[in-house]
Amino acid sequence: MLTIKNYARPETVDEALGLLRAKKSNVALGGMLWLKLQDKNVDTAVDLSGLGLDAIEETPEGWRIGAMVTLRQLETHKGLAAFTGGALAESVKHIVGVQLRNLATIGGSVFGRFGFSDPLTLLLALDAKVELAEAGRMSLEDFAGSGIRKDILTHIFLPGGKVEAAYLSQRNCATDLPVLTCAVARREGKVACAVGARPARAARFDDEEGLLAGGVSEESAAAFAEDVTRRAVFGSNTRGSAEYREAVCRALVRRAALKLEEK
Amino acid sequence: MEINFVLNGRPVSAAVRPDTLLIDLVREKGCLSVKRGCETSNCGLCTVLLDGAPVLSCSVLAARADGHRVDTLEGLQEEARPFAEFIAGQGAEQCGFCNPGFVMNTIALLRENPDPTDDDIRAFLAGNLCRCSGYEGQLRGIRAFLNSRKGGEGRG
Amino acid sequence: MGESERRAVGAPVRKKDAMALLLGKPVYTEDIAPPGCLVVKVLRSPHANAMIESIDPAAALRTPGVVAVYTWQDVPQKRFTMAGQTWPEPSPYDRLILDKHVRFVGDAVAIVAAETEEAARQALKRIKVKYQALPAVLDAHEALDGPVLVHPEEDWKALCPVGADNRRNLCASGADADGDVEKVLADCDVVVEHTYNTQACNQAMMETFRTYTELDAYGRLHVVSSTQIVFHVRRILANALDIPKSKIHVEKPRIGGGFGAKQTVVAEVYPAFVTWKTGRPARMIYSREESLIASSPRHPMEVKVRLGASKEGAIRALDVYTLSDTGAYGEHGPTTVGLSGHKSIPLYTGGLEAFRFSWDVVYTNHQSSGAYRGYGATQGIFAVESAVNELAGRLGLDPVELRMKNIVRQGQTMPAYYNEPASACALDRCLAKCAQRFGWAEKYPVRDMGGGKIRAAGVAIAMQGSGISGVDVGSATIKLGDEGCYDLAIGAADMGTGCDTILAQIAADCLDCDVDDISVFGADTDASPYDSGSYASSTTYVTGKAVEKACAQLKRRICALAAQMLGCEPEAVEFAGRTVRRLDGKGEAGLADIAGRAMCGSAPALQVTCSHSSPTSPPPFMAGMAEVEVDTRTGGVKVLHYTAVVDCGTPINPNLARVQTEGGLVQGIGMALFESITYNETGHLAENSFLQYKIPTRLDIGELDVAFEASYEPSGPFGAKSIGEIVINTPAPAIAHAVYRATGVWHRRLPITPEKVLLGMKKNG
Repeated sequence: MLTIKNYARPETVDEALGLLRAKKSNVALGGMLWLKLQDKNVDTAVDLSGLGLDAIEETPEGWRIGAMVTLRQLETHKGLAAFTGGALAESVKHIVGVQLRNLATIGGSVFGRFGFSDPLTLLLALDAKVELAEAGRMSLEDFAGSGIRKDILTHIFLPGGKVEAAYLSQRNCATDLPVLTCAVARREGKVACAVGARPARAARFDDEEGLLAGGVSEESAAAFAEDVTRRAVFGSNTRGSAEYREAVCRALVRRAALKLEEK
Repeated sequence: MEINFVLNGRPVSAAVRPDTLLIDLVREKGCLSVKRGCETSNCGLCTVLLDGAPVLSCSVLAARADGHRVDTLEGLQEEARPFAEFIAGQGAEQCGFCNPGFVMNTIALLRENPDPTDDDIRAFLAGNLCRCSGYEGQLRGIRAFLNSRKGGEGRG
Repeated sequence: MGESERRAVGAPVRKKDAMALLLGKPVYTEDIAPPGCLVVKVLRSPHANAMIESIDPAAALRTPGVVAVYTWQDVPQKRFTMAGQTWPEPSPYDRLILDKHVRFVGDAVAIVAAETEEAARQALKRIKVKYQALPAVLDAHEALDGPVLVHPEEDWKALCPVGADNRRNLCASGADADGDVEKVLADCDVVVEHTYNTQACNQAMMETFRTYTELDAYGRLHVVSSTQIVFHVRRILANALDIPKSKIHVEKPRIGGGFGAKQTVVAEVYPAFVTWKTGRPARMIYSREESLIASSPRHPMEVKVRLGASKEGAIRALDVYTLSDTGAYGEHGPTTVGLSGHKSIPLYTGGLEAFRFSWDVVYTNHQSSGAYRGYGATQGIFAVESAVNELAGRLGLDPVELRMKNIVRQGQTMPAYYNEPASACALDRCLAKCAQRFGWAEKYPVRDMGGGKIRAAGVAIAMQGSGISGVDVGSATIKLGDEGCYDLAIGAADMGTGCDTILAQIAADCLDCDVDDISVFGADTDASPYDSGSYASSTTYVTGKAVEKACAQLKRRICALAAQMLGCEPEAVEFAGRTVRRLDGKGEAGLADIAGRAMCGSAPALQVTCSHSSPTSPPPFMAGMAEVEVDTRTGGVKVLHYTAVVDCGTPINPNLARVQTEGGLVQGIGMALFESITYNETGHLAENSFLQYKIPTRLDIGELDVAFEASYEPSGPFGAKSIGEIVINTPAPAIAHAVYRATGVWHRRLPITPEKVLLGMKKNG
């Protein structure tokens, strides 16, 4: 059980950051999920819902998504659907249910850097950047690998331009946490790929060999899938063994690559 | 701490602890339709509308409701009744324990999408677990309700 | 009875409580618990097997708001069982409320009662316990005659001769046979011999276990609990607390689902003990975690099947051995196992020459198993139906045709079912109708859909019982009240199934009135007539018959009083629903007037209680067919269509029968594909929340098609049998069959997860 001594809903990011850093046991609250699952004592819970970070904006450079934008907002946003070819909705729609996705925030998904995160996988493949109150802007990949804890994620930025993307996940049943997640994105002929829930956190496995440079065919997709699967490291947990994940990775990467061609 | 919010259309003040969950607050305020089913944000039994959007009240701090509007089934009886009649017409209420959350989320669905397909319904209600009915009777009930609204067949 | 009089039975009558439930009225235990209840919580063992060396509640007791902390030293030292069964219970007396010896991770160590949730939670953390951890038995194969005894205690006792021996970790054992099975098997052209494993599944009813208790004005313990078995709760609490039964009054409000879970007294003893000791009202609301780690899930079973047949496909012999894991306590252990053979083998009574069924039920250091819909039949049917499908594969026969040759038919005597007759059996019609509705001819062939997707189909049949023959007692009290309406009091428990309404439908047709004229009350040990409770698919069949009997008697009494009023002999009047008429046409008395007369200077009460018990347990039958799509690249299995045709005798309420069926199918699909309780090497359970224990959502099930093929059971009310349990039995074997068809791999161990499917195909080449 989570116990909280104080609750604060600051109105500026600076104020929020100050509060967060005031004590070691202070935490930031985004979507607030799994409150009963956590067993810790929090001094001040800093609710980020008053910071106005709940907007999705299209800028000339790309999409700027507030950290408090909910997964449901992402799922139903028409502009983002067009931009990602539906991949963004696909990356969140298997997560439990609408009521949870109305609470869960993209900031929470990204900041938590959970191994099982679906959207984190897609955002990685889309070259997303994060904006932090103190650390500033950095690539999502760098952020994911960093140990940053006491900062406030304010925005996720998706570089614009033309991108083709596909997202796939394997689950033991419809709304369970994934056994494996996979995203493939093509920008200017270059194919990026991210694989998550290995069960370790999503990481990039791009087409460095240019296997798909000549277009995606059954053969090149299979070759690329093989290449990614060889490079990725898989582990076991209650949802699947390393051996199974490896086989699923091969299947999903191949299918996701082929989907690029469908689009 | 003291919070002020609108519960089922009425302004309410409440003294809550910073870690009080919204489900506990609304139950304490007499909204006993809000049910506790899992505590892990998985079952949908505790669904309430927060500023009109369906959320899991087990996963919202009561403090966050400060300044906002919360609706439970107690406040939406009239909106729920015509549709509920059709679920009853199928015998799909069964034990009833999941019903308030399911009804609340169906209200949210129909406000957002008055003419959903069967797949829309399944997708929107995926987070509402039911162990008795096998879901099909719920779907038949919703479908019959929608048909009746269109003046078509499908009496409850 | 004429057609015009049969208005309610067979009609899709709306459940009496439907709108209250749908509109969220406060009708469940937690909603109606009085304010000021002490919050009761239980400290649970972190060890699978341990002795409590010392336990110190002092610090916990000093926590503000904590009222009491109880340890094993505080509770009565008389063993009992929590199984809700008719006395003498077949389940051994192996429990104490709190024991010095804890036997699974989650076993009760101490009880805390506090003014608030927070205080109770804090107190749990402050109880100092020193455990002597012991080696644990975590594999059912190692339990029998193994070095570690789960119940070494001297005062363990079995009330019934169930072949139990605690010195051998044996909760029950036995055998049943007819004919010389070895001889027939030796003479068979084909013998299919395989071992099948079914897992522990949790009932996962949406309302967890909940109880509140208080002392009433007479100093009696008043227990309000979400239970299927009020009368058994009273006895079990009296045993546990070692107080007279007369001191206990149990009632149930609306129940948020049971499926057998609430046929065990999982939560009641804790608040009951607190109230009895403190005199204060108390409540226990099980968390979902507690409901998953310390309750009463399905017995995992290993079922070995030897099935002998001729090469033409005549099934000649069946040999079934079941090893059942009852866990740390024996609740329902000796009885569930019996159904694994007695409700699977008789399906093939057709030309069966010999059978043998033997079993062992062992104690382990897993959570205690209990009653779950299907109650052993589900496990046995998965094994036997899979073996029959394997036989069809071996012989190259169509599995539907193979069944048609061998299944039990109307009028046959079933040697493997206690020689009971199949007095109402439409299994052949169910199978034929199922094949036709499902499109078996088109769906059974394996179809490659491209992109690695393959579609195929599978089939299974099932039976269950209708109550426990010669044991279950159903009762009904019916009285004529003001204005000529009726009050029906029952001790059976509507747990969402709709039995309150179904019994009212039966009464309405017996009394020639509307269902709305019948008010139903139950269940309450002080006010209801004795009923063993709602389990074993008994309520419609057994209690329904009691309702029928009571109504018939009440009608005679009403006629007698009316005859007095009309100045004639009772033989000279007839009951006509709203009135009683003189046969000679010279007058009639309205029901309201008769009711009024009965309450003014009248001796014989217009109230009748009847009990019923059946010497037989007529099986319902059904057929189920699954079409699946297997993703051969990921191993994912999608159920596309499921058709089920059920013979439940007369469906009293077709809507409720259909929804029961759909609900059971979906639970069966969950069991087939992903639901599972697993333990690690220290005995800790992995699936301790709904995040980990997954039940089907509406996206997991495909399209369900349910139909009925009625038979008429002469001993049942209006020809009815049962439906509550049978409906969970076909999905696992039908889906395993379909997956085999699609992949060439038999899955004999449930659940059939994507990983098993894919790796199974890989292994197969």
